[in-house]
Amino acid sequence: MSEIDFRNIVRIGLIAGLVAASVSVIGMVETFDARDIITGILSLGQVLLFSAAALGGYLASQEQEESKIVPSLVTGLLVGLLAALPVIALIVLQVGFPELHAALANAAPSLEAVPSDIRDYLVNLSPTLIEILTFGREPLTGSLLLLGSMGLLGLGGAIVHVVPSRFERPLTIGVLWTLLIGMLSEVLLGILRQFVSSANLRLLFGTRGIRPIPALIIFVVITAIAVVWRLRGRRAWQERMGAASPAQQKRARLGGLSLVFLLLLVLPFILGTYLTEVVDNVGLFILMGLGLNIVVGFAGLLDLGYVAFYAIGAYTMGILTSTGALGFAGLSFWAAIPIAMGVAVLAGILLGTPVLRMRGDYLAIVTLGFGEIIRVLATSDLLKPYIGGAQGVLNIPKPEIAGFRFVQPEHFYYLILAGCLFAAFVAWRLRDARLGRQWMAMREDEDVAEAMGIHLVKTKLLAFGMGAAFAGLSGAIFAAKLGSIFPHSFNLIISINVLSLIIVGGIGSLPGVVVGALVLVGMPELLREFAEYRFLMYGALLIAMMLAKPEGLWPSPIRRRELVEEEEAFPSEEGLNPFTEEPMAEQMAERPNTAVK
Amino acid sequence: MPRSLKELDYVGLYLWLFRAAVIIIVLWGTVSKIFLGVGNDYASSDWIDFFIAGLSQGSLYALIALGYTLVYGVLFMINFAHGEFFMSGTMTSTIFIAIPLATSGFLEEFPFLSLLVIILASMTVSVFIALLTERIAYRPLRRAPRLVPLITAIGASFFWQYFFRGLYGSQVVPFPTITALEGYWPILGVAILKTRVVVMVASVIMLVGLYIFVMRTKTGKAIRAVAEDKDVAALMGVDVDRTVAITFAVGAAMAGAAGILYGLLFRQTHFFMGFIPGIKAFTAAVLGGIGSIPGAALGGLFLGLFESVGPPLFLEGLGIPGSHQLKDVISFTMLVLVLIFRPQGIIGERLSEKKA
Repeated sequence: MSEIDFRNIVRIGLIAGLVAASVSVIGMVETFDARDIITGILSLGQVLLFSAAALGGYLASQEQEESKIVPSLVTGLLVGLLAALPVIALIVLQVGFPELHAALANAAPSLEAVPSDIRDYLVNLSPTLIEILTFGREPLTGSLLLLGSMGLLGLGGAIVHVVPSRFERPLTIGVLWTLLIGMLSEVLLGILRQFVSSANLRLLFGTRGIRPIPALIIFVVITAIAVVWRLRGRRAWQERMGAASPAQQKRARLGGLSLVFLLLLVLPFILGTYLTEVVDNVGLFILMGLGLNIVVGFAGLLDLGYVAFYAIGAYTMGILTSTGALGFAGLSFWAAIPIAMGVAVLAGILLGTPVLRMRGDYLAIVTLGFGEIIRVLATSDLLKPYIGGAQGVLNIPKPEIAGFRFVQPEHFYYLILAGCLFAAFVAWRLRDARLGRQWMAMREDEDVAEAMGIHLVKTKLLAFGMGAAFAGLSGAIFAAKLGSIFPHSFNLIISINVLSLIIVGGIGSLPGVVVGALVLVGMPELLREFAEYRFLMYGALLIAMMLAKPEGLWPSPIRRRELVEEEEAFPSEEGLNPFTEEPMAEQMAERPNTAVK
Repeated sequence: MPRSLKELDYVGLYLWLFRAAVIIIVLWGTVSKIFLGVGNDYASSDWIDFFIAGLSQGSLYALIALGYTLVYGVLFMINFAHGEFFMSGTMTSTIFIAIPLATSGFLEEFPFLSLLVIILASMTVSVFIALLTERIAYRPLRRAPRLVPLITAIGASFFWQYFFRGLYGSQVVPFPTITALEGYWPILGVAILKTRVVVMVASVIMLVGLYIFVMRTKTGKAIRAVAEDKDVAALMGVDVDRTVAITFAVGAAMAGAAGILYGLLFRQTHFFMGFIPGIKAFTAAVLGGIGSIPGAALGGLFLGLFESVGPPLFLEGLGIPGSHQLKDVISFTMLVLVLIFRPQGIIGERLSEKKA
């Protein structure tokens, strides 16, 4: 037993426990408990609670070698048990608080008046939460149950570590996919109902979540597929792709692309109105993300006031087309679109010019200031006669083409899809064009770029203008889709949202924008419980991405190459203590993971 | 004009026009207010009131700005989450200390002792949150490209905001009133709200204390050494990690105290309360010259004054309706103007390319 590192166990165990207690006390467990993943057995809230123990067990057992089975398992078990302690402390606090209050009031009568309800202090420490934590039992038996299950999950985390590595990943994939399918069961049910009879669906899904037996089957099937793929399929696939001639590879890629395109065309028919609405919102964010990606990802200018251009596009569309009191031109949607984009570009250039000489973080703060100025102005009485102040612009007509009116989300889907495809095409062509390479050169080093003959002013303003154009387009479609706009839809949160999605997707990567928007905008819309904790998760995700995977979920190949080369070229950056630098051997070992093959 | 007109390119011209426009607007507004009496009619006591309100608000900005300045001086990083350190301490201390003290009558009996306890509790929580943030989100990224810690700082800011929203709820928590601090004190013939006097006095004490700490103590010397050059400081035997952590802690302690003073002034706390004061305090730090402690103090006072006197003075003079709504526009415009035209601030040294 001497091989067990108890300090490490206590450290990881308590951290995991504090995380579990935190997600409980801020109300996430209770809110997420409303969503069952496996009917009657496992809810999303419980997954959240228990994943801390399982992850802790997995991480702590990493310290042990895989062959040492018993020490690994003991480590996992202990971590799981320890992780339960802070949560149990929470239960004790909630259950014992009235008595504590009474005892204190006995000792000092003036304390009688102090709020005696724990929820006056911690608003989410509710009886319902305690019921979830104790599995609906008495506090004592419930706590013991919790202790036992957290311990088992810690053990489970360690088991994943102990099994041969060729099963480790498939197991994780199996668990994650089962959880995902369970989590999205409501959505899947909505889609499948159109094709499958509801009696058959009842076999699969419960009232909420997926039924236990199908869940088990799904888990086994996905794991098996992953194992087979890992053992055979992947190599065979790579060999076939490797053997194919460039022309064949190109054809395969084209085929894949056209399949995706076909799928995009028929998507609204598969999804139904509600989900199409969600996809529409994701699309608007993809459009903005593509624009911000040019500014931040290509040109390296961190813009936190990006929402300003979205607002300008929306307001331009609003006052140009509105049939209400504020509209003065009465233009059609199609005539207003280029004007809205043009005004946004102009604003981009006007706001971009003063900040030309600023770099990095200063630029971020100034653009944030611009965004706030625009928002405050939009709300203020100053511009009220023109843009409506807090009441906003109303009666914006729906777009119309040859007698066909865009009313339903399905109609707007095609409009947004066209906008996204256009923006993606422009961004994709620009990236490898002279301008794109100028942007990237500027991002790497402005002085060197200027010395190479790049006109910094022109290049930067083009980046700001291009980015603003897409945001303006997105805002204009948004205005027409909603029919009315209010200044409170244009706050800083939108900028942060767009920034988060391009960072999570991968800075500078076009598919990354789509992935980021699906994860950060689509998921919270599908899972209503997420909405309240959306920005908490964004914050945590931004930190986690920067710590663990700064290149994003779908990194651009150039970026990936650069990250690797940077490491090679400058092993020690400024501010590094030369004595605490990581040994070179570790860096060498990490390199193949990030290298482009 | 620094260059002859011929050399002036479009960008330079645009910036000159921008500058001229701002000066003309401010002058025009002021003149028409003072000589033509546009807008509301204020007695001279009203102006003194605006002035004092500006000073007390400004001393809060100064206290928060210290955190930005210290961290920027040491790490060249904008600690976007600083406003959340301010909020976390204030809310926690209000809910767990101030309200129980008020309901039990202790606050009534020993107002100043209670206030001290409340402030200390707030400082402790702020320091704890700051150290946690530094350890998890900033320290591992100290040698990453400069945008990376800025992005984690934005992440940390949102994380803490919504974390504390989950903890304490999204409603406004009123800060208890202290009867001993209600009403006015006559000072030099002017009646000044007692809370404002307390805020200003407390701020001055803390600013001076911090200045002495940084300039006279050994730890302060270590902070200045690390700000100058981390590698050399490390070679001289300074524990860089520890010093950076201390810098964060000191800044957060100031913010925590400022939060309680904010509660005294505005009588309310809220999970979102840190955000706008945070950005404004950053503006104050830039205005005074980031990296300089007296600069932060001066910048804070200036910003508070502009915000308080500006809307009634030149915005009303321009005939703008609802001018008080635009006070945030004033501070953000000042931030933009300072960064464009005088990035070194009022008393700061010109930042080298590396830092700017």
